[in-house]
Amino acid sequence: MEHFSMMALWGQLVVGLINGSFYALLSLGLAIIFGLLKVANFAHGALFMLGAFSALLMHRYLGVNYWFALVLAPLVVAAFGVVFERLALRRLYHLHHLYGMLLTFGLALVVQGVVLDRFGASGASYPPPDLLRGGLDLGFMFVPVYRLWVIVAAIVVCACTWIVIEKTKLGAYLRAATENPELLKTFSVNVPLLLTATYAAGVGLAALAGVMAAPIYQVSPMMGADIIIVVFAVVVVGGMGSISGAIFTGFGLGLLEGVAKVVYPEAANSVIFAMMALVLLFRPAGLFGKET
Amino acid sequence: MNETKTNVQSNIPVLDRWNLEIIGIVLVVLFFLVAPFFIYPVFLMKAMSYAILGMSVNLLLGYVGLLSFGHAAFFGLSAYMFGHFAKEMDFGVALSMLIAVSGGTLLGVLFAMIAVRRIEFYFAMITLALAQLVYFFCVQAEFTGGDDGLQGIPRGEILGFSLLENSHLYGFVLLMFLFCLLFVFRIINSPFGEMLKAIRENPERVTSLGCSPRTYKFIAFVLSAFLASIGGALKALVFQIAALPDVHWLMSGDGVLMALVGGIGTLIGPIVGALFIVWAQDGLAEIGMSVVVMQGLLFMATVLLFRKGIVGELGRLKKYFR
Amino acid sequence: MPDAAAGKTLLEVSDLQAWYGDSHILHGVNMSVGKGELVTILGRNGAGKSTTLRSIIGLLSKKTGSMRIQGVESINSSPTVIARLGVAYCPEERGIYASLSVGENLTLPPKLRDGGLSTDEIFTMFPNIKDRLSSRGSNLSGGEQQMLAIARILRTGADILLLDEPTEGLAPVIVQQIEQAITALKQRGFTIVLVEQNHRFAQKVADRHYVMESGKIVDELTNDTIAQEWDRVTRYLSV
Repeated sequence: MEHFSMMALWGQLVVGLINGSFYALLSLGLAIIFGLLKVANFAHGALFMLGAFSALLMHRYLGVNYWFALVLAPLVVAAFGVVFERLALRRLYHLHHLYGMLLTFGLALVVQGVVLDRFGASGASYPPPDLLRGGLDLGFMFVPVYRLWVIVAAIVVCACTWIVIEKTKLGAYLRAATENPELLKTFSVNVPLLLTATYAAGVGLAALAGVMAAPIYQVSPMMGADIIIVVFAVVVVGGMGSISGAIFTGFGLGLLEGVAKVVYPEAANSVIFAMMALVLLFRPAGLFGKET
Repeated sequence: MNETKTNVQSNIPVLDRWNLEIIGIVLVVLFFLVAPFFIYPVFLMKAMSYAILGMSVNLLLGYVGLLSFGHAAFFGLSAYMFGHFAKEMDFGVALSMLIAVSGGTLLGVLFAMIAVRRIEFYFAMITLALAQLVYFFCVQAEFTGGDDGLQGIPRGEILGFSLLENSHLYGFVLLMFLFCLLFVFRIINSPFGEMLKAIRENPERVTSLGCSPRTYKFIAFVLSAFLASIGGALKALVFQIAALPDVHWLMSGDGVLMALVGGIGTLIGPIVGALFIVWAQDGLAEIGMSVVVMQGLLFMATVLLFRKGIVGELGRLKKYFR
Repeated sequence: MPDAAAGKTLLEVSDLQAWYGDSHILHGVNMSVGKGELVTILGRNGAGKSTTLRSIIGLLSKKTGSMRIQGVESINSSPTVIARLGVAYCPEERGIYASLSVGENLTLPPKLRDGGLSTDEIFTMFPNIKDRLSSRGSNLSGGEQQMLAIARILRTGADILLLDEPTEGLAPVIVQQIEQAITALKQRGFTIVLVEQNHRFAQKVADRHYVMESGKIVDELTNDTIAQEWDRVTRYLSV
């Protein structure tokens, strides 16, 4: 009995890390976009779903395999992001931040609605690539290889994103534009281009997470809506001011959710929201945030 | 020269707005008195209960600058509670409605305690997340009837008038609706309402005057939840059903959309928005087009092209009537 | 275009009017700055000095009149375009990026033209910066921030420098260091427009002075005559 519950705990911790990987990737993208564009991108979940769907459709109709989809789907969604930012989002930068949120909420409805209309609500499953099939016996537990891959890949992607932002010239431009875009313009830096690229990169990350999620979750039109609400709670807990904060909060709350599934399964999907409420009561600015 | 001009301008619109609002109320009353002779009354009653949701969202968004994506929680919980007490406990319409609206308002108190600590998009995310918690609760709780919802909620009678009679039902819904409309009118034209607007414009200033913006926001939030609860209970009364869509985030989105399309920060905007959206929903359902896609497009088009909404844009025309 | 000769006008502003939102700040500014000249704009708080610089670099978009930079009409140009004409701007609040290291701040502005200072030359001019390259921008003292703010626009190849109150709030020792730097920059041939409240400092480094009042240039003095006309200047500047 004792042995079984330990097994269950390990199993749920892995599930927690998997969920945490997606929370981290998504809140990272949200934080990057928000930092520069001051837009809370409501469409992030829908574009996550679009990434998964692109992979599914490319697989089904073009025979594109997982590894190519991992590159192509984010590019497709990023291109979509470029068009959206150029044609719509940028018209709102001079207005109150909430308009950007309303616009992206509208985009989320449109994307979800169109996919729902075309492919129905039930969705489909996406096979994991041959290379990552099967499982691995770690001695104390058995883990599907694909799940390990997701965790490792998510950590690597988060680390690379952090390095790009904190350690490169491009990252220096991004940080500078986040702080004071006006002055950056006087150095002849193309700030509007930087904004477009940032939005594209942020939603590309969401799509990448979507492709990674496709073999684990059912690929369905509402998969993004369900996760984005949790990710918003994650973002409130972590605060949007810090890149590393977004990453750590994502993984941490995923783990917490995993533990909750063992300890008190009925409340597992509420634990992050409860955490959010607690943080707001005792530390309104969020764990890594500045007071706003 | 310059100064006199601005003085005159800043004096007139206050009176002007007030007059326009009264004209608006009169037009709304006339419309809903005459319309049932030409338009399917259930459509109008649906529009009225949705309009109350829109007004409640607008009270926060238009007058305090707080965007709530969680009002479905009050709307839906109140609908469920009304259904439960009217159907399972046989409490009758009046008492069930009283309990349901109290329940929704209490939930509003809980939300407000947490949500008003943050502003802007954080506020929106928090309300959305809290409402999702309520949604999960409604999915799991026994009394909500799961996926089927509560069906066949009895209409009963109120003050001796049988609500099985369609005209009585319509009259009751209209009275409740007018109560909400006048309630909002009273709030926004009171010193309390002026304070809310001051908080929206310049919270630091209000703080420096020794007032706590958070207290005002808290009260405004609870009043708003109170309104949304009335809307939800009425909706359950009219359709005799309370189900998961009532408490889903899409319903919160509907509330925001009605305020936005009608005109944020205008008294009758949400009513016009609700009429428009209920009409569009019904029309699209008939031709089989996706309602969600239409609503998304409407969101985007409104934000990009006519941010002031239908009533706000009409307001621009008023200078031609001088 | 005639070749750049000494005394050629690099910056010619005529009847410049500018607005911040609805408030009309500049009411017809006229000034011209020749190649290699160091010109100051003196005046009280709120006279429109900073607004003039912000207009020239293009940060204020609501403006009318004419603004010729290197002979190119730039009244409607964006800061990006104006910077490429060789104008660089050092704001009053210095604008050091707190989340960037000193090194990153220094190399942030891209090189747009030839003729900028090399990093070594910059370190010679401002030795303090070299020791602090890896610190965060937010950890610098006010004086260090000011030096960094000037230093980072010297690499870009800009030859017209707009400096907004570089000595404000700094200790006399630091002011002296900045004075030396500005003098050195002038000798190197930079054209400099300097907004100053500290008119003693201005008198030490400048060729000419414009006096601003209520959004207009109301007087112009050369540095040779400013000593004799001291009364006039103090009358403008006293409250």
